[in-house]
Amino acid sequence: MHADARSDLAAWRAEVPALALPVHGRRLVYLDNAATTLMARPVIDAVARVATHLPGNVHRGVHALAEAADAAFEGARATIARHLGARPDEIVLTSGTTAAINLVAQAWGRANLGPGDAVVVSALEHHANLVPWQAACAERGATLRIAPIDDAGRIDLVALDALLDARVKLLAVAHLSNVVGTVAPIAAIAARAHAVGARVLVDGAQALPHLPIDVAALGCDFYACSGHKAYGPTGTGVLWGRADVLAAMPPWQHGGEMVAAVEATRARYREAPARFEAGTPNISGVIGLAAALDHAATRDRAAVAAHEARLHARLRAGLAATPGVRVLGAPEAAVVSFEVAGVHPHDVATILDQEGVCVRSGLHCAEPLHARLGAAASVRASLAYYNGDDDVDALLAALTRVREVFA
Amino acid sequence: MSDVRALYQATIVDHDRHPRNHGALAGADRAATVDNPLCGDVVTIELRLTDRTIAAAGWTGRGCALARAAGSMLTVALAGLDAAAAAARLDALEALVRAAPDAPVPDDLGDLAAFAGVRGFASRRGCVLIAVRAARACLSG
Ligand SMILES: Cc1ncc(COP(=O)(O)O)c(C=O)c1O
Repeated sequence: MHADARSDLAAWRAEVPALALPVHGRRLVYLDNAATTLMARPVIDAVARVATHLPGNVHRGVHALAEAADAAFEGARATIARHLGARPDEIVLTSGTTAAINLVAQAWGRANLGPGDAVVVSALEHHANLVPWQAACAERGATLRIAPIDDAGRIDLVALDALLDARVKLLAVAHLSNVVGTVAPIAAIAARAHAVGARVLVDGAQALPHLPIDVAALGCDFYACSGHKAYGPTGTGVLWGRADVLAAMPPWQHGGEMVAAVEATRARYREAPARFEAGTPNISGVIGLAAALDHAATRDRAAVAAHEARLHARLRAGLAATPGVRVLGAPEAAVVSFEVAGVHPHDVATILDQEGVCVRSGLHCAEPLHARLGAAASVRASLAYYNGDDDVDALLAALTRVREVFA
Repeated sequence: MSDVRALYQATIVDHDRHPRNHGALAGADRAATVDNPLCGDVVTIELRLTDRTIAAAGWTGRGCALARAAGSMLTVALAGLDAAAAAARLDALEALVRAAPDAPVPDDLGDLAAFAGVRGFASRRGCVLIAVRAARACLSG
């Protein structure tokens, strides 16, 4: 690593207080970033500032505190929109990716799916981008089709073409896989889906912290993501929807804030995005998410991308050189999942944890994908900008401990 | 002894690597399967009863070292016990893994005392209990 990169990393780390938490008396080696990320001080401060300085509710009051909260909240929406290349009125604020996808599956599905229709999802989806479609299809009499992947974990575009016909009303696909770490060619996939008149939803939960996101350039109709996976607070998420698509959608949840006029027996709903935001939102969380995206923009994008790519390559090379390790698929970014021959992923993760190394073990909410790849479960290491060579090397060293215990 | 060694005691690793009574049990008259959907682990326990006594026990399944060792060690521990004694054994093992990490270990547990290390690993208790629940289901079935 050259000196600039090293000093960047030291500065980045100094801003993340959780990195100083000792784990079993050791330095924290946090490699479970695909589960959730650690917040930097400016993000934490933005969240705390809402409690101390912006205690009002949004969209409700005319008093000073309510107006201040409202202005900050709508300012956050505009900030989030800017970072995604979107318009603020296309940004629906949710509790996370899961809620964003359920919103589309339920609300858009109610208006657009019926008997004989089909939805296509890929074979590598997180349960959050699979089960809502199973449920929506079952409720609406539609069919769910699974677009196959190859052994590398890449969507098979030829097989996808064969699945796409006029019955397909929506295609849902992950931008960056949370298990195999492959990046889907969204523009190419979206073009194919649009050619048969289908809408395209992209699950950007893992992509937001690692890839530049420009929803207009991606060519999709919906983009769902979570704040907590992108260095923001938990309980926050975004559904971006193209303005014309959102405008034609019925609401999902009903209640306050989303109505224009209410009589005793009926109500008129507001325009998007308010129509999709019933009830009091996670005000501090949304403001924290905007702060996280602003803070990420202060880091040199190219430098972060190069740093993460180098760490990812080091991790892949180290695992390839570790006896008994099989990597799932051919990971391209941020995430690597693997098996250790003869040792269950939970046992691997417990031993790594004792060395201060936090990884995920199990199915990572992707049971069908594990079955497809012939793995009962796996260990997943996932990177963030604040990881360094020392973290990757600590993981690789801890894997030798696994061999010792299960000699 | 590091904490990891306390968890993966030699007896446990031995039963994981060389499981006893593994495979379908000939003439079984009780069988129960329990899984953990969070991790995909699954253990089946089979018993052959003579009167109310466990004449033989077997297990099959897929899981981590703790789940496998618990399946294997329970089949050894339960063989020869009557239903009441077997149920008491299962309760004793469950009580052991649910106890505080520094609680004294009862001295009548035999090899099952090796699971005392799990007390320091709350997230791994369930791994041992899959086999316990399967065996209990056999006894009540
Ligand atoms: C690809 C993918 N989609 C969806 C989700 C669900 O995100 P959340 O739990 O924040 O709603 C995750 C997170 O685990 C994910 O990795």
